[in-house]
Amino acid sequence: MQHNITIKAGGSEKDYWKDLWLNRQLLLILSKRDISVRYKQTLLGVAWSVLRPLMTMTVMVFVFSYLAKIKSDPGIPYPLMVLSGLTIWTFFANTFTQISNSILINSNLVSKVYFPRLLMPLSSIAVGLVDFLITFGIFLLLTAFFQHPLSVNLIYLPFFVLLTFVTALGFGLFFAVLNVRFRDIGQLIPFMVQVGMYACPVAYSSTLAQGTWFEKYYNLNPLVGIIDGFRWCLLGDKAYFNPDSLYSTAIISTTVLILSLIYFRKKENSFVDHI
Amino acid sequence: MSVIVAENISKKYIIDHQKKSGSSSLKDIVSEKFDGMFKSKDGSNSTKEEFWALKDVNFSIEQGDRIGIVGHNGAGKSTLLKILSRITEPSTGEIRIQGRIASLLEVGTGFHPELTGRENIFLNGAILGMAKREIKQSFDAIVDFAGVEKFLDTPVKRYSSGMYVRLGFAIAAHLNPEILIVDEVLAVGDTEFQKKCLGKMRDVSESGRTLLFVSHNLTAIQALCNRAFYFEKGRLIDQGDTTHIVTNYLSKVSHKTLEKHWDHIHDAPGNDEVRIKSFKVTPEYQDNLSHIDVRTPVDFEFEFWNMVEGANLNLSMHVYTFTGECIFNVGTTSQPFGQGIVKGVCRLPGNFLNDGSYVVSMMIVKDTSTVLYNMEEALVFDIEDYRENVTWYGKWPGYIRPQLDFSIQQSEHIVND
Repeated sequence: MQHNITIKAGGSEKDYWKDLWLNRQLLLILSKRDISVRYKQTLLGVAWSVLRPLMTMTVMVFVFSYLAKIKSDPGIPYPLMVLSGLTIWTFFANTFTQISNSILINSNLVSKVYFPRLLMPLSSIAVGLVDFLITFGIFLLLTAFFQHPLSVNLIYLPFFVLLTFVTALGFGLFFAVLNVRFRDIGQLIPFMVQVGMYACPVAYSSTLAQGTWFEKYYNLNPLVGIIDGFRWCLLGDKAYFNPDSLYSTAIISTTVLILSLIYFRKKENSFVDHI
Repeated sequence: MSVIVAENISKKYIIDHQKKSGSSSLKDIVSEKFDGMFKSKDGSNSTKEEFWALKDVNFSIEQGDRIGIVGHNGAGKSTLLKILSRITEPSTGEIRIQGRIASLLEVGTGFHPELTGRENIFLNGAILGMAKREIKQSFDAIVDFAGVEKFLDTPVKRYSSGMYVRLGFAIAAHLNPEILIVDEVLAVGDTEFQKKCLGKMRDVSESGRTLLFVSHNLTAIQALCNRAFYFEKGRLIDQGDTTHIVTNYLSKVSHKTLEKHWDHIHDAPGNDEVRIKSFKVTPEYQDNLSHIDVRTPVDFEFEFWNMVEGANLNLSMHVYTFTGECIFNVGTTSQPFGQGIVKGVCRLPGNFLNDGSYVVSMMIVKDTSTVLYNMEEALVFDIEDYRENVTWYGKWPGYIRPQLDFSIQQSEHIVND
């Protein structure tokens, strides 16, 4: 096979996606690296992936349900509501954070070797995905414990996971590029994630926003549709889900992803000059 | 067939004089924009400066060429390699490359300290562009070349630096690209390993593949390359036959520096703890000559201001050949000094170094461990050839030319009856 490359200012556009495909093995290996390195030299190892969501859930149940007396949707145990929201929110938050930092974390690669830079944000999803699967397993066990029936809506679940991924990638790519140029982003992201958790229906139900003056702005948040929908898949029709919120999610997330991809492609060849 | 054709390649960097670190923060940009509103555009206090790391570079490389790239630090060699490796893009110009290209700008790129040697072979191989199948095929050869069989399942953070480098190079050596780009990786590793590497690179070039090689080691370039590029200040100023280019380069850079001194402490190089006052070579000329030859004893005299009372200091001097190989390193003992001028003298006896050009570096070391200041490539001096009662005029081999007790005598006579 003959390889011909033309290097010029502005980058070589036409073979990019082919290159990305040819490098899929590298994508796998980088993902595997992130996963296998994660719990090296920890005492508890993978147990952390189980403990963390359980502990977060316990704290939230205590604070929001016992102290703040927030009600879940009728017919749904509060711990299940929190954990379902937490599962998908954590997936989003982890993935988003990892993607935003992916270029800087791999700066040693960026400055020494070429491959389509998009591989780095893509490979950083792996860790979040593994955590997601583990938390999901915990959730299933907990449903059995509360003897809450699983819903047939479950078949829509992959769609919501995909939508989360699209949203995280869209926003993450944008911040990943900015992060290379401005290290302020590294400070900003944990803060955004923290605020985001309260802005999204993780510990409470979206019904609380129903009928208020800010409801239509509230629904603009792409994660509202995702979290409510995800919960609806898992807990059935008793969980509140306004399908209209999904339109804004789909439109906003897709648009952001496309814009971010364009932005990323435009900047990726000069990453090394700013690292 | 030309495998690489470069036309008008330039690379511009914007240097920001105010900033200390490479990356700017959002605040800087905002405040800059804000300042800009109140200042004229062509304000004289502009802090940005354009810097052309490469300027209008044109060349073409044929298949099977082994190109050595020489030039001073900052001449643009590494920038060129980075552009060819597609790590950064040129500001102007175009390069057309035919064939699979692999570049080795660093040994062990992407090694993860927590992963084992085995895992890192696959990781690094994939990063360098090898398919999993290819890595599996050459796995045993890689392990063998690096000599790390016993430590395959040990995390590389426990490796010695030598093992780390060997493993890194072994992986790269088993790449099978049509074009191989190598940057100064021989600077690390011991002599035996360097030989191995050079051998491997020669194999690469003899199999008809194309090689681009940057090194300060001119001996290696001469041994390996058939053509050379000479870069100066971002421009490709000369190219052609390796010997011709290397000679040209040496003649241009061989500025003898026998003495350096600073009269005032404020403009002297150094830091808050020490500042250099002077460093010079003082030969004890023989036969009323005014040049140093192999017989001439030489004193290196070094003076510096010590600004910390009671600092425990010692000096460490390195002597290199002109092609960058270290011949020896010699140090003083460490002892406490008061504030003021400290002087060190090292005597290099006659009949010790062979003829050639030598480069001297001097380090000031605190507590026998911390390098306070390293005065790199501070002095350059030549040693001329001198021979007595010899009717052979070839280049005397070796780095040193000691006069040792070496006698020859008749130990037995054959008596013919």
